[in-house]
Amino acid sequence: MDAIILQILNGLDKGSAYALIALGLTLIFGTLGVVNFAHGALFMLGAFCAVTLNGILTISHTVIDETRTDFLGNPLKVEVPYIYDIFGETLGASIIDWSVPLAILFAIPVMILIGVIMERGLIKFFYKRPHADQILVTFGLAIVLQEIIKYFYGANPIPTPAPEAFIGSFDFGQLIGFDANTIIYPYWRLVYFGFAMIIITGVFAFLQFTTFGMVVRAGMADRETVQLLGINIDKRFTLMFGLAAAVAGLAGVMYTPINSPNYHMGMDFLVLSFVVVVVGGMGSLPGAVLAGFLLGILESFASMGAVIDLIPGINQVIIYLVAIVILLTRPRGLMGRKGVMEE
Amino acid sequence: MLGLNKKDFSLLLIVALLTMLAPFILNPFPEGSELAQFNAGYPDLMQRFVIFGIFAIGFNILFGLTGYLSFGHAAFLGVGSYAGVWMMKLLTMNVIPAILVSVIVAGLFSILIGYISLRRSGIYFSILTLAFAQMSFALAYSVLTPLTGGETGLQLSLNDPRIIGTSVTESGSIPVTHLFGLEMRDSFELEMGAWLFTFNAGYYVCAVVLLVAFYIAIRIFRSPFGMMLRAVKSNQQRMKYTGLNPKPYTLAAFVISGMYAGLAGGLMVSMDPLAGAERMFWTASGEVVLMTILGGAGTLIGPILGAGMIKYMENILSKINSTILHEWFAFMPDGIEDLLVTLVYPFIGKGWHLTLGIIFMLVVIFLPGGLVEGGQRIARLFRRKKEEPKGPDPEHHPKPAPHVAE
Amino acid sequence: MSKSTLTRRGLLKTGAVAGAGLAAPTIFDGKAWSAAHTGFTNAPEGDTVTLGFNVPQTGPYADEGADELRAYELAVEHLNGGGDGGMLNTFSSKTLDGTGINGKRVEYVTGDTQTKSDAARASARSMIEKDGAIMITGGSSSGVAVAVQALCQEAGVIFMAGLTHSNDTTGKDRKANGFRHFFNSYMSGAALAPVLANAYGTDRKAYHLTADYNWGYTTEQAVKESTEAIGWETVNTVLTPLTQTDFSSYIAPVLNSGADVLVLNHYGGNMVNSLTNAVQFGLRDAQANGKNFEIVVPLYSRLMARGAGANVKGIYGSTNWHWSLPDEGSQAFTRSFGTKYGFPPSQAAHTCYVQTLLYADAVNRAGSFNPCAVVEALEGFEFDGLGNGPTLYRAEDHQCFKDVLVVRGKENPTSEFDLLEIVEITPASQVTYAPDHPQFAGGALGSCNPGA
Repeated sequence: MDAIILQILNGLDKGSAYALIALGLTLIFGTLGVVNFAHGALFMLGAFCAVTLNGILTISHTVIDETRTDFLGNPLKVEVPYIYDIFGETLGASIIDWSVPLAILFAIPVMILIGVIMERGLIKFFYKRPHADQILVTFGLAIVLQEIIKYFYGANPIPTPAPEAFIGSFDFGQLIGFDANTIIYPYWRLVYFGFAMIIITGVFAFLQFTTFGMVVRAGMADRETVQLLGINIDKRFTLMFGLAAAVAGLAGVMYTPINSPNYHMGMDFLVLSFVVVVVGGMGSLPGAVLAGFLLGILESFASMGAVIDLIPGINQVIIYLVAIVILLTRPRGLMGRKGVMEE
Repeated sequence: MLGLNKKDFSLLLIVALLTMLAPFILNPFPEGSELAQFNAGYPDLMQRFVIFGIFAIGFNILFGLTGYLSFGHAAFLGVGSYAGVWMMKLLTMNVIPAILVSVIVAGLFSILIGYISLRRSGIYFSILTLAFAQMSFALAYSVLTPLTGGETGLQLSLNDPRIIGTSVTESGSIPVTHLFGLEMRDSFELEMGAWLFTFNAGYYVCAVVLLVAFYIAIRIFRSPFGMMLRAVKSNQQRMKYTGLNPKPYTLAAFVISGMYAGLAGGLMVSMDPLAGAERMFWTASGEVVLMTILGGAGTLIGPILGAGMIKYMENILSKINSTILHEWFAFMPDGIEDLLVTLVYPFIGKGWHLTLGIIFMLVVIFLPGGLVEGGQRIARLFRRKKEEPKGPDPEHHPKPAPHVAE
Repeated sequence: MSKSTLTRRGLLKTGAVAGAGLAAPTIFDGKAWSAAHTGFTNAPEGDTVTLGFNVPQTGPYADEGADELRAYELAVEHLNGGGDGGMLNTFSSKTLDGTGINGKRVEYVTGDTQTKSDAARASARSMIEKDGAIMITGGSSSGVAVAVQALCQEAGVIFMAGLTHSNDTTGKDRKANGFRHFFNSYMSGAALAPVLANAYGTDRKAYHLTADYNWGYTTEQAVKESTEAIGWETVNTVLTPLTQTDFSSYIAPVLNSGADVLVLNHYGGNMVNSLTNAVQFGLRDAQANGKNFEIVVPLYSRLMARGAGANVKGIYGSTNWHWSLPDEGSQAFTRSFGTKYGFPPSQAAHTCYVQTLLYADAVNRAGSFNPCAVVEALEGFEFDGLGNGPTLYRAEDHQCFKDVLVVRGKENPTSEFDLLEIVEITPASQVTYAPDHPQFAGGALGSCNPGA
């Protein structure tokens, strides 16, 4: 029992990441009809927003420490961030410590901007083109984006820890009456899950309760009619693209303490998030979220020792196996509409 | 001739000439010159051009004709490779049985996967094929290690049983692949002035297979069967109303293209007897999609061009390093030399992926029909000067029509 | 129309071509990569010799590859008499005098393995067939090393492995033309076990998370066997997929499994993520069975330590070499590398540099580039001064036997390169095993292949 609760918890934060990426992906598909293979790259760019902010905060000048030596035997050059000079060492250090949450503020405008530029500068020209062309051009863009990041940051993962206060885990099992150490859960993963829920709720509320959202939903259902009504749908769709980019970017920012970001993390998530979107049903927002959590939890279950012993290799293939089963039993995924992307 | 119309026959003839003279065409620069870096006329790369050409031709039979975008085609190539290596381990180093078994096994595997995946269409079909391929990769890399060699790949060893032929040669090494005694790595080198051309037995075996594969592809494109496949692409509904069931046609196309992939896999291990699981990873499947679209999906020659272009960049561009750049620009003044090297460096060597990405984008943006369209535009440009522009050939000029959906 | 049979480079490169414009067909009875009259593949003609450096330049190990390439460039510089000579001065064999190899100036070509066996073989073949490389070296994973080693065996050139740690490289997949300086899984286990017993006691229960591919299997087996030999118990071993990025679901059950040590048989990105996750779950500060919970990483590299950041503090592992070693050779290498590039070399850089020197020296001692002569010169070769103490290139399996370092994540690093501290230098005798040890069984070197 405790093992199952444990794996459900683990599935939740994995699922949060899948759901956030898939949400943006399906939003872009639903509104603009574009299959965006660069969406994983947006997730990656978000993560590197956190890295960049950390880099900005730690811009340093060097102080020579005569008492110690570096590897060549010269006096050691100690890097002192300017922020220490401005705010004092204690406050400066805690600002740097909180760079990941701070990066949220940094990432929102940056990612919206990147999204809008992408849409206006490139995607706009591909609305009428076949999906294969969209896939190719966005895939090309994804490669270009990740190579640019690699050029500046290298291929190695870059550690971006969570604030000190969130490091470590708490004993969830004891709270609900299990023995100590049976169900432990890291603080940051709880934060991540909560954060994902807020974003998901926010996106749904935005689409449901604002006029802007209403127009966008109407546009998703029937673009031409909305345009005939004299509404400038293009402008709104551009903003939607920016929003989707921001959602992916924020998912990336908050993900950095869980796994150190590297330039190819977007590609690692790309295929998975496509599977999530398709399992959820192309163009269905609730479907994407549901499928994200479902696959996250199932992936966690499949990694249990007892399960692997029963079916060797199941942890390698579970996501794809589930995708196949769902697509064969439910032709349009969990919540897909008829006629979308089927011909 | 050969059951082809004049135009197709001349196309086949052009391809035949190109492949047969490839050792000359691909080595345009004299040995030892600065530009020799760009020569591609060495056996390994020539073999790769042709093998991936076959792979892409086969993929195009499915994608170009029926519009079904398979994102897991590399699995068939991988399965074919494994089958081929096992034949060499167990039976003989002659490449014929290895290639035949590769094609057969890949064909059987594609019947299985095709039968299931073709129950869905559009992106759902793509994801199903992707899922199968990723499962094949993951299992081959880990759980199936005894069968596939896992991380290190399936390779020959000194204690293979090998029923026909020997386990170990007299000199104590593993025997090499051959075609009735003609070793695949045998080469004949021709020296003409400063130029050096290599004619490799393995390459010519591959080239002949390519020509046969290309010929079959033309016949399929021009056959009533090919017409049916185009009907599947343009309107399945209407096809059904006329009383035709599209499923068997699509499945047949899927299996044929799976067998092409298996053929490519068999040839690959015949040239270089090692099968690694990475050749089934989704990026490998993505690569053949890119080759086909880059060259021009639905055209006959496009996929071969696309395959050549990507493999050329992978093998030539990635080998240029900063030292070579400095050599090139050495004639410049120092400051400008360094500046040029700094400017070019991000795009070559370890940055070859960047160049690849940029080229994808440029081609898709400006040449929706792929390289073939580019060629046609240039041809039209020249033709216009001489004579009245002819209407474009409907077969060889893909409209930017939907490939997958809409 | 002389009957000269020139190699691809060699004379052609110097431009001394007779009868330009005339077709002069030269028919070889041999192979694509051989030149009949010299008796072996790519025999260097003229005054230069070409080496092939095959390292990952794209993909997750690109940074490691970049460091390897730096080391190769440095080695070439030193071999050609440039720079401060580095380890040439400390090497016990004195045949290298800055005049290249066998009097020929060293040139090199580079290729990208992409850390894929197919791509690595393609780029190695292009270096052999197109550029006339006489020796291939490099790589950052065992899959690639084994694949390229087999290719070099077939082609008849020497392969000097770069970073490859799996037992298989010199175990079941060993080849006569291939040589490995780097240590292996068995040595990691043998070196770690006594140190772990010292630090954590002999009454421990271990839980293994293992990367689900060949290298993971051999490392798990080696560490398991050597820790069990000192009295530890193995509670459980779980295989994790290579493509896994989030290891939470594998790590969460560990604390409740009755284990008090977690062994992470992971490398590269897998290791960075699994260690980060383990620390996140609070395993480093946890208590189990009345003891402090501990984490062990059998194979450390500096780049991995950098990726995992502060999470490596206090965590034990093994490594092939570290720049802070006090011996003369290591110091000389660190100095010349550091002066040229501004930071200390990694263990991958070290092994690649040393391999190049060892090859060059073997050719000099043999007086020939013929692979069979080189193999003979390297087999059973004993040397010193290259950073790991007295070392033997064993003839039976072409594996180097030398001291192995047990290291620990440093508590107070002074820079991003100063992340590990040496805990113990395990002497070579302690990590030496019989050539037919069960972990290495099932392979045969075969005979050396000169190509022609």
